[in-house]
Amino acid sequence: MIPRHQSILFIVLLVASITLGVVLWTTLDRAHKRMLASQESAPTQAPQVAPSEQATLMVANDAENSVTPRVFSLPLPQNPEARARAVLGKLFDLDAAPGATHPVPGGVSSINEVFLLPVAAGTDPAAARSSGAPRSGSAAGDDLAVVNLAGTFVSSHPSGLETETLTILSICATLHANFPTVTEVRFLVDGQQRPTLAGHADLTRTYLTSETVPAQGANP
Amino acid sequence: MRERKRILQAFFSARSLERVAMAGISTVAIIVLFALLSPIAFAQTQPAERFVVLLDPAHGGTDSGARLDSETEKAYTLAFSVRLRSLLMARGIDVVITRDSDATVDPSQRAAVADHVHAQACLSLHASESGSGVHIFVSSLAPVQQNSMLPWKTAQAAWIERSTALAGVINSALAHAGTTVTLGRIALPAIDSMTCPAVAVEIAPGQSSDNSGATSLDSPDYQSRVADALAAALLEWRSEDWRSGDRGGRQP
Repeated sequence: MIPRHQSILFIVLLVASITLGVVLWTTLDRAHKRMLASQESAPTQAPQVAPSEQATLMVANDAENSVTPRVFSLPLPQNPEARARAVLGKLFDLDAAPGATHPVPGGVSSINEVFLLPVAAGTDPAAARSSGAPRSGSAAGDDLAVVNLAGTFVSSHPSGLETETLTILSICATLHANFPTVTEVRFLVDGQQRPTLAGHADLTRTYLTSETVPAQGANP
Repeated sequence: MRERKRILQAFFSARSLERVAMAGISTVAIIVLFALLSPIAFAQTQPAERFVVLLDPAHGGTDSGARLDSETEKAYTLAFSVRLRSLLMARGIDVVITRDSDATVDPSQRAAVADHVHAQACLSLHASESGSGVHIFVSSLAPVQQNSMLPWKTAQAAWIERSTALAGVINSALAHAGTTVTLGRIALPAIDSMTCPAVAVEIAPGQSSDNSGATSLDSPDYQSRVADALAAALLEWRSEDWRSGDRGGRQP
């Protein structure tokens, strides 16, 4: 025969366990929903510390083989390199969005870093010569942008002359539109030089923004 | 008397031998001279008399290129280049192809073949599922005047004007055939080292001939339309080449 006080204690403990289980389940469910909500809003959620500014993104269009400017209001950091990364991150977000005119998966994580270097100190003369472009146009204050792309972005990039060219034109033109001092652009993939973007467009050469900036809405 | 005759016969026979020997030496000398000069004459006349088109099916071997709906880009470009080669040869145009099997050929080797054959037109053939119609690309190198020595990586810079003219002829022919065409410039290592009028042609899904909808890359009708238009463009390019009197791909 179980004593009465033990039965009461057992029932109290059972009720407490069930109550704690329900509370735990509800808390977990709420936390999961909170996490999903934060992931969905991550690419467009503005950091509270940076004020919004206008940025011009040169958005590619595969159907028209064109690069057209679109102005966005973005929270941009003060540091120029972080600023360049944020602008290109937004560009890649547009390309990764459903219904993009130039669909390329990856989004903001496609870009690791952007380095801005003075042209005279940062350009390899041999590489500049290999671009076939005259160097006489370079002036003091001109910058070379080194864009370090993520390997996952390059490996998932669609292969083709047009689509790869548009990606490069879009990056170069966006950098030049927001940083007029950027006159040359070079590319790295995970910190290393790579022959081509996805089997076609040359990633070893130095691109001059003067050659890549198209007339508004025109074919490149 | 007999002695005198014998002396005369011996004298004339010796003179005859000497003449025969002299004639033989002269003949050999002339033959040797012709043999020495003929390669020079051949080298001077050969590029001007032949009209050679270089077809470069992109990718191959370990490099599959883009993944198309039903096959790889390397297989598509090879099949298309074989089709185009047949059309050109039927029209009396000499064709050199950078690969006729599933072999790995790097961009330098492709350019070396183009430079070696003194081609009057070089077509790098590609295919892609993105975009529509045919995309024509010329090298994005800045044009320069031809020097005696050209850097290997940017040799195409001296041919940019001629390459742009070739792209214009191809554009007209494709547009005349009812195909959507987009023009652009690209940094492509294979054509950047070619010393000939060079164009990269990328075939993307197109419109059907009656504009009823999109046509896949596999459509025989679409492939035939594009190949016929390219062959017509190269014929036009040859006639323009002859009219202008500038017969060599070596002369940018």
